[in-house]
Amino acid sequence: MPITALASIAHRLTGLLLVVLIPVMLYLFDLSLRGPAGFEQVTGWLQLEPARLLLLVPIWALTHHLLAGLRFLLIDIGIGIDLPAARNSAWLVSVGAPLLAILVYGTLL
Amino acid sequence: MSRHAGLHTWMLQRLSALYLATYTLYLLVHFAARAPADYQAWQAWIAVPAVAIGGALFFLALLLHAWVGLRDILMDYVHSLTLRLGLTALLLLGLSACGLWALHILWQAGHA
Repeated sequence: MPITALASIAHRLTGLLLVVLIPVMLYLFDLSLRGPAGFEQVTGWLQLEPARLLLLVPIWALTHHLLAGLRFLLIDIGIGIDLPAARNSAWLVSVGAPLLAILVYGTLL
Repeated sequence: MSRHAGLHTWMLQRLSALYLATYTLYLLVHFAARAPADYQAWQAWIAVPAVAIGGALFFLALLLHAWVGLRDILMDYVHSLTLRLGLTALLLLGLSACGLWALHILWQAGHA
């Protein structure tokens, strides 16, 4: 499969995953704001070793979806529209997203 | 992305994307710089009117974005009309419920 198609399908799949995670995110958001006990509960879950490594999956889904989405926005306005440029940006998105995910994970968690 | 989508949903998807990207970047920078140390700090930050209104708009943009994206996916992969209409109705119901839930959380946090 060409890299452009791969980045495109991953954009859809990560979008679907992020939608499925909306209720999970709302549940954690709700619990964290219910009081000190709820807040401790949520931060405790986010610090569980080694389960917290699983958070790399939704964080990657977000970074891939965000970068691939920005790539589509640029292509929409005519930037990077020819095939070599589109291939390069698809590589950049696909390799950059996991690296950015590790950076976000390392910074926030 | 979908060949079926009308011009207004196409534009809605891109405008909501820009807002979501901007607000997400703001959240990342904010949490990297000053993650809330405890419940009081977290609740006080959420209750700041600009954060709460920005957050309500974030959820609105998120749910509209999810709606257009998933509707496109359903149109592309689910060819049975009955099944597609059923799934579209379920999606609309689920996303609306999430929207009300998000508003409720923000409202409660603002009045804690």
